[in-house]
Amino acid sequence: MPWNTAGQYRRRVPLIETRALQKRYDNAVTALADLTVTIEPGVVGLVGVNGAGKSTLIKLALGLLEPTGGSIRVLDLDPVRDAEKVRARVGYMPEHDCLPPDMIAAEFVTHMARISGLPAAMARDRASETLRHVGLYEERYRRIGGYSTGMKQRVKLAQALVHDPELLLLDEPTNGLDPAGRRAMLDLVHRIGTEFGISVVVCSHLLGEIERICTSLVAIDAGRLLRSATLDSMTQVRDLVVVEVDEDVNKLAAALTATGLDVRRHEDRALLVQADSDAVYDTIRDTVADLDLALHRVERQRHQVADLFRDLPRTEEETRVVNATA
Amino acid sequence: MSSMPQPRTGVIHDIGYQRYEGPRLGRGYAARSLYVHSVRSSFGLGRSAWAKVLPIGLLGMASIASLILVVINTQLPEPVLDYAGIASTFTYAATVFVAIVAPELVSVDLRTNLLQLYLSRPIRRSDYALAKLAALATATFVLFAVPMLIMFAGMAFSTDDGIAGVFDELGGLCVGLLAAVVHAALLAAIALPLASLSGRRVFASGIIIAVFLLTAPVSAALEAFSYDSAAGHLAGLIDPSRLLAGVDQWLFGVDLRLVNVGGFGAVYGLLTVVLIVAGTACALWRYRKVKS
Repeated sequence: MPWNTAGQYRRRVPLIETRALQKRYDNAVTALADLTVTIEPGVVGLVGVNGAGKSTLIKLALGLLEPTGGSIRVLDLDPVRDAEKVRARVGYMPEHDCLPPDMIAAEFVTHMARISGLPAAMARDRASETLRHVGLYEERYRRIGGYSTGMKQRVKLAQALVHDPELLLLDEPTNGLDPAGRRAMLDLVHRIGTEFGISVVVCSHLLGEIERICTSLVAIDAGRLLRSATLDSMTQVRDLVVVEVDEDVNKLAAALTATGLDVRRHEDRALLVQADSDAVYDTIRDTVADLDLALHRVERQRHQVADLFRDLPRTEEETRVVNATA
Repeated sequence: MSSMPQPRTGVIHDIGYQRYEGPRLGRGYAARSLYVHSVRSSFGLGRSAWAKVLPIGLLGMASIASLILVVINTQLPEPVLDYAGIASTFTYAATVFVAIVAPELVSVDLRTNLLQLYLSRPIRRSDYALAKLAALATATFVLFAVPMLIMFAGMAFSTDDGIAGVFDELGGLCVGLLAAVVHAALLAAIALPLASLSGRRVFASGIIIAVFLLTAPVSAALEAFSYDSAAGHLAGLIDPSRLLAGVDQWLFGVDLRLVNVGGFGAVYGLLTVVLIVAGTACALWRYRKVKS
């Protein structure tokens, strides 16, 4: 990815830096336990299952919560002591609904821009601009209550973006959207991270969904860091293609292995083939054609966060099966 | 919305994302913006037509009542009600007003999670609480001040004493506005912390109305049992509306027989101050605790 550098972002300081960060709520629930991670500029996916501590980390970064242990720095500032400075430079899109239904979208975004410190006239201009960027220009004088879920999500994004932050914190931005809406939202987030040059930390419990727009991923589980890496290194070994055929799976596995591909058994009649380049798809097609097999599907493996928990490569048993047939 | 005349170039130029290099005014400006916005939305401005009905309706009715007073006052040899008297008598309308508006200002933010967006911006929790409290007090003050101004306009135009008469009225108006400040501050300081307890508007309104309505009969009963004794003079302290009438009586000599403070006027004044301070403290405390 050509834009996979921090150079275009205005600052090179880490977006978020935590050291042994801990957050325990009053009712003794531990949301974060000993989290140490450095999030560098770029489009960063913060992944983890629901309850892993993603939202808590975001709220700690905004200074809305205070850590019960360890430290956190945002844009090299302390979010509790320098809360005002941090919040002026950060945009936040919460996970849940947070819009007043009886306000007009343009007025609402203008109002939020002013609360972020923009003078009235500038706030109005930037509100229109931002609503245009999120694709709500025509509908901006309608009441938010009459908007669809997708439009509401765009207004939420617009209010986070209106004051031109250096860092955008997006908590599950695709929540409640249909597949097309999800794709549109992710494309928008991608554009913000690349064309607009604003660093983005986007939370999701669906790794497969955000991996294509992120430059790096941070996976947390039960309040601890699971993995943190650039996307390349994390998904390199995970770029897998599922090939399902009607019969003779073993024959296909042998033939594909013979062409030098890394092949593993998957489910009942399917194989997992490691795809390092697009040429692999051609090889699969040709091999299937040569063997005269009925091809059911060829698709890229969708990762779930759960996949990150499993150790790679796959179990030895799967490997043995493939080897035995070879 | 009316459409702007479009330049007829036939080409849409996408100039792309523009970074904002302009000034970023800090916390004080943000809090003031929230205050102005809240005063406006108290009267339903910038919101749907339905949101305007009740607050504007109350303001309209108060204005009409004041017009009627102008007519009566000018027809009779002695005015039946002066400016401070308006403050005393309109208190009941104002309690209804704060019961409608306070939930609009704070409960809606709790319910829709909008508070979360405010708190993730440069303003602090205390700024939010104070801006909302000040906005409610201002809106309530307007509810008192507009009828007084109408009365002033009517009386000043119909005075028989020339410019001296106008200045007389002006003096009365100033006293009235001072009374309005006290009334607005107390009513807001009671209603806002109560409204912030519930995210549901109906409940919040109910709590406020209950506090104002339920204290009234208790206070009246106490007074009836012990009229003209110390207990009778102090009975008005329990009911916020009569507490304010007591302050008007003590400070401005308004006697509409709503309450009889006897020699305890200063106690009414002191309790009013205590309640305003306590209400403000409660609002601040509430927003220090509220989940974000």
